Amino acid sequence: MKKEDKYVHPYIPNSAAETREKMLEEIGIKSIDELYSDIPEKLRFRGEMNLPQPLESEYLLKKHVEQILSKNKTCNEYISFLGGGCWQHYVPAVCDVINQRSEFLTAYAGEPYEDHGRFQALFEYASLMGELVEMDVVNVPTFDWAQAASTSIRMAARITDRSEVIVLNRISPNKLSVISNYCKPAIQVKEITYNHETGLIDIDELKEKISSKTAAIYFENPSFFGCIENRGKEVSEIAHKHGAISIVGVDPISLGILNPPSRYGADIVCGELQSLGIHMQYGGGLAGFIATKDEKRFVMEYPSRLFGITETSQKGEYGFGDVAYERTSFAKREKGKEFVGTAAALWGITAGVYLSLLGPKGMQEVGKCILQKTQYAMKKLSQIKQVKIPAYDTSHFKDFTVDFRSTGKTIKEINKGLLERNIMGGKSMAEDFFNLEEVALYSVTEVHSKEDIDNLADALNDILGN
Amino acid sequence: MNAKTKLRDFHQAKWDEPIIFELGSRGERGILVPEAGKEIEAEVGDGISKLPENMIRKEAPLLPELSQMQVLRHYLRLSQENLGADLNVDVGQGTCTMKYSPKINEKFAASPKFTELHPLQEDSTIQGILEIMYKLDLFLREISGLDRYTLQPGSGSQAILLMVSIIQAYHESRGESDQRDEIITTIFSHPSNPAAAAVKGYKVITIYPNEDGLPDIEQLKKAVSDRTAALLITNPEDTGVFNSNIEEFTKIVHEAGGLCGYDQANANGILGITRAKEAGFDFSFFNLHKTFSAPHGCGGPASGALGVKEKLAKFLPVPVVEYDQNRYYLNYDVPESVGKVRDFFGGIPVILKAYSWIMSLGSKGLKEVARTAVLNNNYMFKKILQIPGANAPYAHGRHRIEQVRYSWEELTKKTGVTTEDVTCRMVDYGFHMWSSHHPFIVPEPFTIEPTEAYSKNELDEYIAGLKKVSEEAFENPEKIKNAPYNSVIHRIDTSSLDDPDKWAMTWRAYLRKNKKRKAV
Repeated sequence: MKKEDKYVHPYIPNSAAETREKMLEEIGIKSIDELYSDIPEKLRFRGEMNLPQPLESEYLLKKHVEQILSKNKTCNEYISFLGGGCWQHYVPAVCDVINQRSEFLTAYAGEPYEDHGRFQALFEYASLMGELVEMDVVNVPTFDWAQAASTSIRMAARITDRSEVIVLNRISPNKLSVISNYCKPAIQVKEITYNHETGLIDIDELKEKISSKTAAIYFENPSFFGCIENRGKEVSEIAHKHGAISIVGVDPISLGILNPPSRYGADIVCGELQSLGIHMQYGGGLAGFIATKDEKRFVMEYPSRLFGITETSQKGEYGFGDVAYERTSFAKREKGKEFVGTAAALWGITAGVYLSLLGPKGMQEVGKCILQKTQYAMKKLSQIKQVKIPAYDTSHFKDFTVDFRSTGKTIKEINKGLLERNIMGGKSMAEDFFNLEEVALYSVTEVHSKEDIDNLADALNDILGN
Repeated sequence: MNAKTKLRDFHQAKWDEPIIFELGSRGERGILVPEAGKEIEAEVGDGISKLPENMIRKEAPLLPELSQMQVLRHYLRLSQENLGADLNVDVGQGTCTMKYSPKINEKFAASPKFTELHPLQEDSTIQGILEIMYKLDLFLREISGLDRYTLQPGSGSQAILLMVSIIQAYHESRGESDQRDEIITTIFSHPSNPAAAAVKGYKVITIYPNEDGLPDIEQLKKAVSDRTAALLITNPEDTGVFNSNIEEFTKIVHEAGGLCGYDQANANGILGITRAKEAGFDFSFFNLHKTFSAPHGCGGPASGALGVKEKLAKFLPVPVVEYDQNRYYLNYDVPESVGKVRDFFGGIPVILKAYSWIMSLGSKGLKEVARTAVLNNNYMFKKILQIPGANAPYAHGRHRIEQVRYSWEELTKKTGVTTEDVTCRMVDYGFHMWSSHHPFIVPEPFTIEPTEAYSKNELDEYIAGLKKVSEEAFENPEKIKNAPYNSVIHRIDTSSLDDPDKWAMTWRAYLRKNKKRKAV
């Protein structure tokens, strides 16, 4: 036995020498090297990859990784007011139990027979979201809200055969970057300004800029700065008058108390599932949904998989399968709609579990709680001498901006002071918006107590020398 | 299990479980949520009255009302009706690399020291996760020989989109983007290769295989011109045959001024054996949820780590993770960056698991993963070819790398049983069996990829299953054609799925179309 045959690893059953010998014999070769005979010598890597010494015992691996993770300071240990596209909501224990089940966690792309569970769980997620947004078609999730918005825009462009989209109101710069890259070069993305006093859409400017080239208008409700838009109906009507499609992006945790966009003329609704039972995971828990009416002209434009319920050869049994599969890139490659692949299915299942747990009352209650706490936080912070709350009279949900420009201190200094007091302050918007130096984005959810908000106000007063 | 035949008298869990909307009853609660409390209510009122009237949702959404244990029970039952790699000998999902996702890595990903991190936290509070992202970049450079990795793409397909975005930016920077509007790929490539190229406005030229199943170099030579932006290619392709001429391919494209992108979504057979660098690639991406062990999650979350040569690093999406010998930080100062393909930084739980997996194996371990995957694959290759009705086109008498594309064409000709039928019957033995991407170049295809994760005995079990179904096909084809019998459900009726009047992608649509919607 060669020296190398003594290598064994728990993840590699056939590394055990005896088995290896047997298999080589059954294949009729002397060494594994023979199996690589098609790789010419000049392409054979004969060096050693410069990787760290492996931690082969699970004990040492655990110590190593935990030691690295211990360098992180989390939103459990600090009171965090960070938001803006990823939020700290309560994750029910049942959500974690279900998405950690081996059967869901390690499954992939089996048939609707042996993977019936996955099909039903995703059909139910789509159905639950369908009730939330009051629309009959919801996709198997895509990567995140940014991708959902990007695809919604491209769907609209294909449906109208036009190549311009107007983005209204304040959307996140990250999202705009994703949309711009995804739309390039086929679609021109036009941004228009919003009313800085109200934080809402500037309808006059929209009327000016919209034309027969416009495929769609896109806005978010609430906006990136948390402002609740109340003229959505008028905006959708303007879009429709010009033959354009109305796309609205939402955070579904608001839809227990806020009207879904279908009620104010939206044709396509998209948004983020992360607030529905998914841990923040440093931004790794995102998933995007797209919803439309059940009309062929919309359905046929989805790039994603769409799971339909159907019958089987046994009466009374539910089965599931792919709807209109031929439109996808799986079926038609470059002739399919955009592309589809692995994205965020497990988070879709998790969102379904969350909505099942909360139910109609839970969604109303969590929405109300967040609304009240947002209003309370805005009120408390507005009482701080040098601090202003932009668009104070506009209703906000969860996120809101705080203007520190009259304090004489930078957000960097203020947040440093907050961190020392065990608080993670809102992020400065200066890097993203050149005209918003020393304006920060704060976020309040159902997890923040009155004490947390009062402590924030006290800490800020302290730091500002009040 | 029968020790001699290695076959199981398998039956999958079958709960005949209603749709969740059919469960529960009015007034039940699955979880109670925090309230704002009397003091906050005294200050701001009920919150809702302050909303613009037309934005207030007057009626609650029509969600079902279940108690907590009932929600748990329902979803646990659904999970039992699913066959993850942890439960079955999952070698039948070729190209997907269904290997062991170590449980210790799941524990790390469930740690609050990871889950409760917000992506906008100050650098000083996230040194741990930044260290892991930074070091994974370094590891992947070692494995491919390329110069810089971004971990932002959330899947292989998104990595392809990013590759194409960078290709576009590169040619733009040289004033050649109008001229170079074509991307070349092969018919065996994952559909997202041509599809993402089309999204970015490129005309796609597809190369077909020669008799060896390898992309035809003569076709490539004809396709290449001064309009070529790039070649997107996989090696080995789904056939498992290694293209020993790959260096010639990249040379031809480079000489024409194009870039070369390597789809290494699956690199499981060649870790430490051959690299993107020596083959002449400018880009390569790895699916961390395939080769690097993170679980597939029913189809995500995932991660497509994209590596580039130094000259392309200036186009990478922001932010990049840097280290100044003192601390890790996020750098947004990448002037020619293509922007972003994803909000925030990537499929972080997947990245954490991949880091940990590499730390458990090291250089030697990674090589053994590859060598064992190839050993397992060629072992199965030999045995499957002995099964009546099964063949493998191309490269006769030669070995394969990590997977094989087989064909049941002979079986179909002799018995009428198709690859779809075999899939449905394999399910009765507790196995998946995947065919191929579309279009089917190989007739009645099936693609098997054992990876390194299964024991010899388990491989023998799967082979026994295929052998049995082949026998059954010859004896009693009708039985196979009406399978499955021991699965969760019976053969589905697909006729409604393409009919706009009948299809229903939500329960509300189903009720509406079947006239069962009750008024609230």
